[in-house]
Amino acid sequence: MQNHVLNYLDQIVAVKPEKIAFADDREEMSFAQVYAHSRCVGTFLHRQGIYKEPVVVFMNKQPREITAFFGVIAAGDFYVPIDEEMPAGRIQLILDNVQARILICDARTKETAEKFAFGGKLVLYDEICETEADDEALREIRSRAIDTDPIYIVFTSGSTGVPKGVAACHRSVIDYIEQLSEVLEFDEDTVFGNQTPLYFDACLKELYPTLKFGATTYLIPRELFLFPVRLVEFLNDHGINTICWVVSALTMISSFGTFQTVTPKYLRTVAFGSEVFPVRQFALWRAVLPEAKFVNLYGPTEGTGMCCYYKVERDFAPGEAIPIGRPFQNTEILLLNEKNQRARQGETGEICIRGTSLTLGYYNNFEKTGEVFVQNPLNTAYPELIYRTGDLGRYNERGELMFVSRRDYQIKHMGHRIELGEIEVNAGQVEGVRLSGCIYDDIKGKIVLYYVGTVEEKDLAAALRSRLPRYMVPNRIVRLEQMPLTANGKIDRVTLKGLVVQGRNS
Amino acid sequence: MEDLLEILRDLHPEVDFETCDTLIDDKILDSFDIVSIIAEINDCFDVTITAEKITPQNFNSAEALYALIQELEDEE
Repeated sequence: MQNHVLNYLDQIVAVKPEKIAFADDREEMSFAQVYAHSRCVGTFLHRQGIYKEPVVVFMNKQPREITAFFGVIAAGDFYVPIDEEMPAGRIQLILDNVQARILICDARTKETAEKFAFGGKLVLYDEICETEADDEALREIRSRAIDTDPIYIVFTSGSTGVPKGVAACHRSVIDYIEQLSEVLEFDEDTVFGNQTPLYFDACLKELYPTLKFGATTYLIPRELFLFPVRLVEFLNDHGINTICWVVSALTMISSFGTFQTVTPKYLRTVAFGSEVFPVRQFALWRAVLPEAKFVNLYGPTEGTGMCCYYKVERDFAPGEAIPIGRPFQNTEILLLNEKNQRARQGETGEICIRGTSLTLGYYNNFEKTGEVFVQNPLNTAYPELIYRTGDLGRYNERGELMFVSRRDYQIKHMGHRIELGEIEVNAGQVEGVRLSGCIYDDIKGKIVLYYVGTVEEKDLAAALRSRLPRYMVPNRIVRLEQMPLTANGKIDRVTLKGLVVQGRNS
Repeated sequence: MEDLLEILRDLHPEVDFETCDTLIDDKILDSFDIVSIIAEINDCFDVTITAEKITPQNFNSAEALYALIQELEDEE
């Protein structure tokens, strides 16, 4: 039985050593190179005595970052990806949380890496990948591997202002990759065009199926997502036939009339998720790719990746929502109502996940883990965890699962999961801010921050930019004379929401 | 021009748009910004920026962007 994600790599390197596995606009790496690099990195970590520990990988997005990940796993460790796109404050919180002894960087990130308070050692990827591989040591490490050992930690937004590190193991990743590959019908001819950053779970969709099938993944340069015509030309130049993108990347192309200038020639599978696909934009894609398979995916990081899918095979009216459909094989969705019973058809309930795809929980945070990874309330006979997503859903008359809304102040913005509370906490830490309330304008897709205090709006904007990831920085910041409060002294979000609606029309 | 500068300043109050001509080269604007700018321009100037006009050159400075808007206005 496969109990290790690198089994995929071991098998494929014997079959297709020379085929390109991962490439960007600067470098191409064959499976043989990926295999060799990962073993060198793994051997280096082994010699440093790093075993079953977190290893921070802070590199520019490139094929070598991926081989660094695999090298970390080869050493029996788990990777913690961080990126220059993350604000410094957030990176520091991550470093503080994981307490790693080693950080792998590249020549371009080294200078930034040196500025952090980090107790461990910085090493350069290009130096450690020169280590001579120690086959015997790596074999010995592999023989002791357990499939419930972690392989990575990725961080998501936390309402208290501190990001939470989701740790996932071999077993949940293998389960996810097997089920996803079946639904999306990946094969050896699949050519992926990767859009998502490598520091989220979203990139699992490309990284591991590439190993499993001997497919090829192109890491699309980030700046191309600013220029739709060049982006589509890139897809065509590289024969990319499969994309798993956030909806906003797809609508960026369709909404500007790109297809009147250039159309994708090879795309046969378009998977999307993380936010609602407006039906009118979807229709533009469908019209240009009538033969392609379109699949809506849904799932939280805590469930390893995606856990539900819906193949779009019927037409939708404008304003109608595309279902999130049904769970992958080997995963169950429990839709629980407020009494912790199964919701009836048409009744709204919280989407809860049961199965192997559950991750291990939040790293170094038993308290937060215990709040959402809980005993299945329908099972009173033996220990069994489910993950409570905090998302509300219901079944439509066809029995398809529909996403309804969030239970709390978490939102989805440009494909990212954001706790509005985290923005408020960060605003509150800026000098001159007395009170702040954050509202999501779901019509215009904008984050609006209201505050009272002495700081100027533009200075608050600049301060938030240095603390929050770009996608969390409010699109509008408005200073108020007085913060509307409810009778019991809490920020009155209903009134603030009213201000958002007024602001929309002004 | 003042309307355009206002749109841009709303997004990035810290940037001097009257002089900066490396908005793309220095990665000051990202895809969120581009999408917002195009939507605001459509609203404010009643012109449509089509895909083939969304190029690094046209978005590198407020001046270039304004020239593009004028060009589109003349066409209509």
